[in-house]
Amino acid sequence: MMTTIRMQPTDSGSDSERQIVELVVKRYDSRKDALVQILREVQAETHWLSRKVLHLVAAAVGLTPARVEGVASFYHFFHLQPVGRYHFLWSDNVIDRMLGSRMLARELCRLLHIVPGKPRQAAPASLDFTSCTGLGDQGPAVLLNQHQVLTRLDELRVVEIAELVHARVPIEEWPGEWQRVDDQLRRPDVLLASPAAQGEALRATLARGAEATLDEIVISRLRGRGGAGFSTATKWRACLHSPCPAHGGRVVVCNADEGEPGTFKDRVLLTRQADAVFEGMTVAARVIGATEGLVYLRGEYRYMLETLQSVLEQRRRDQLLGRQILGVDGFNFDLDIHVGAGAYVCGEESALIESLEGKRGTPRIRPPFPVERGYLDRPTVVNNVETFCAVTRIAQRGGAWWSAIGTAQSSGTKIHSVSGDCARPGIYEYPFGVSIAQILEDCGANSGAHHAQAVQVGGPSGLCLATDEFERCIGFEDVPTAGAFMVFDETRDMFETARGFAHFFAHESCGFCTPCRVGTELVVRRMDKLAKGHGSIFDETELRELESLLHGTTHCGLGATATNPLRDTLARFRPAYEQRLKSPTFTPGFDLDAELAAARRVTGRDDADAHLVWQE
Amino acid sequence: MNYFTLDGLEVPFEEGDTLMSAARREGHYVPHLCWHPRLGQSGACRVCTVKVNGRLAAACTTRASADQMVENRTTELDAKRRLLLQMLFVEGNHFCPGCEKSGDCLLQATAYEMGMTGPRFEEFYPDRPLDASHPDTWIDFDRCILCKLCVRASTEIDHKNVFAIGGHGIDTHLVVDSPSGKLVDSRFSADDFAAGVCPVGAILPKRRGFVIPIHERRFDRAPVAEESWLENDASTRESTDDTGGHDEGA
Repeated sequence: MMTTIRMQPTDSGSDSERQIVELVVKRYDSRKDALVQILREVQAETHWLSRKVLHLVAAAVGLTPARVEGVASFYHFFHLQPVGRYHFLWSDNVIDRMLGSRMLARELCRLLHIVPGKPRQAAPASLDFTSCTGLGDQGPAVLLNQHQVLTRLDELRVVEIAELVHARVPIEEWPGEWQRVDDQLRRPDVLLASPAAQGEALRATLARGAEATLDEIVISRLRGRGGAGFSTATKWRACLHSPCPAHGGRVVVCNADEGEPGTFKDRVLLTRQADAVFEGMTVAARVIGATEGLVYLRGEYRYMLETLQSVLEQRRRDQLLGRQILGVDGFNFDLDIHVGAGAYVCGEESALIESLEGKRGTPRIRPPFPVERGYLDRPTVVNNVETFCAVTRIAQRGGAWWSAIGTAQSSGTKIHSVSGDCARPGIYEYPFGVSIAQILEDCGANSGAHHAQAVQVGGPSGLCLATDEFERCIGFEDVPTAGAFMVFDETRDMFETARGFAHFFAHESCGFCTPCRVGTELVVRRMDKLAKGHGSIFDETELRELESLLHGTTHCGLGATATNPLRDTLARFRPAYEQRLKSPTFTPGFDLDAELAAARRVTGRDDADAHLVWQE
Repeated sequence: MNYFTLDGLEVPFEEGDTLMSAARREGHYVPHLCWHPRLGQSGACRVCTVKVNGRLAAACTTRASADQMVENRTTELDAKRRLLLQMLFVEGNHFCPGCEKSGDCLLQATAYEMGMTGPRFEEFYPDRPLDASHPDTWIDFDRCILCKLCVRASTEIDHKNVFAIGGHGIDTHLVVDSPSGKLVDSRFSADDFAAGVCPVGAILPKRRGFVIPIHERRFDRAPVAEESWLENDASTRESTDDTGGHDEGA
């Protein structure tokens, strides 16, 4: 197998690397479509993915090395350069920053003599920043070796971490308390207050029949909880009516790639209601006639994997999963958990499928839609974690019951991940139709020290609302949301919030299409220019033009919503910009002095005469 | 025969056509960079963005249907295309006066057609080493616009998978499949379809830079919007390799 690849001379480490690769690849039957999983598990052993390791993997699964490198370099959690044995990924959402995360990162770097994003040869630790890790209600949060999480960091904890690193204490021996993740369940309603699903929904589905169960979903008027709000019944029916290819039947996929900054409700659902999620998937399987399911668990939630697998094991023992579910002949359905590797764009359902197939997470051209040709070209239903939870309860209690909750266009409840400037961050489940003001009151955003000036609903790709809009209501007809609810009090600079989100989108752009790849970078450069005090009235014109271009010309929704925070804050928080846009004189984005850095380095000079003075 | 309208003109189409393939077969010009009649769809450059019944969409990935009113060469759309082109010009290093592809370059010709007169945005000046390792062909990554035509050509037509895409965001880049990462160690040959498909000056034959003098080149003869498509394309049919957006090389 190795003869097709010309290898560099092997060194002493190569034998063990070869063994690791062989072992992992064997675990996945040399499947090309398991490439992301294979790379994840290889890296867990080798710490980083050297060119040699990538070539070994390529040869073992029968892909070209360039293809494997292309996949490995797409995901944030794969390291193509060596990193420390302790690799800290600092959650860099605006909420973590408001809790002092940046200062703590600086402090840890100082103690460990490292520089963020620049791993040092032979240093035991390295540190970089990553997008929101889904722990905003108990941040500042850190991901350790893409596996463990550290919550509620403070200055003392950072000092203790540095000591453990210096002493080379294995992570398994670090205090368990540091890794504690709380549910912070503040307001449960029908989804979160229900007892664990133990087959009731499956029995009801079997009693009713598949067709009648789909009718109940129609009656419930359930819409997808991932953000787009597409009718669940319509999606299932389209999948049911799509012909299957010869190589496989329909597939049920659960989107647990909860990447929208400020969203963590799926983490809590998977902690408290994993049975309901899996049961909802099984109901879907019965309705559309699928025998295989996949859960796409975001890489940041890797720490939950073993627990979730034990839930699956228990369900298999209870005849709720596997062959002959509940003893019914022909009712076969089982599911696997696929762990992501750090890519926000994979929350888009066709990118998620690409990733499940072991490819770069680039959104597909649609049509064909996943319900027609999804995972491995098989008709595939992709639904959000919360949607499957709702399915379970609807199957159990009927569509009319669910439909009676909520509003005319938005039935049922919606779970909100509340974080930011409030006394009681955490998880709140409300029927649709609740006002922003009500949620703010319940979470203590207008009490004591806090006075909310803005709420980012649905994350950066959602809406930013100001005080005069707090009477607006959650629902597809007014303020839709995928579940994030970030509160900003009057001390916060909303320009900085928008700038943070601009960096987020540029960081997460898949790079496929021109407007998103280059446009998000141009937005970042302009926002940074404003932040440095070099803004002028011309920059606003350009930002607006970029905003207009990105809405409509991009390949997928990531690019189309990337400038939402810019649009919303420009409209609602103009004073935050005006200060920075007041200069009527054009100042170039190109920094001539910075460009001279190489010349200064070469000449060994850094005196005043070697610098250009900025003319105000 | 079914028709859609393109800037008021009726365009016939067949089942499975995209707006782009149908328009091109009829000799209409829809600005584009990453589309090629012999290769599968991509949708990466977005220069073919049109308005379909009032909504923006890429002509190369939108299926033709009978009720479509398509706007193409409007002032508004050409302005958007100009911005996209200006993005591509600053993202890489494009010095037209010193480029052997000048006059044959689809990026340059399309920029002229869209009325682009300057870079507008600040140049990124990326640092991208070139690959001159191959005896017959060299790659100037400075000029790569990530259209993936070479990736698709090498996969779909040459069946060699010489090229792939790596990285993400603004660090997205072309990867050469070989042990050293250099073209000379790959399965690439100057006879490959992928060797001649680059719309810009990124993949070029050696020692032929000025065989055809400036002023006698493809877009010197006729502006991009007016050249005869049938003459330039061996076939106006889309590739039958229906890999959609998830081709092997992606």
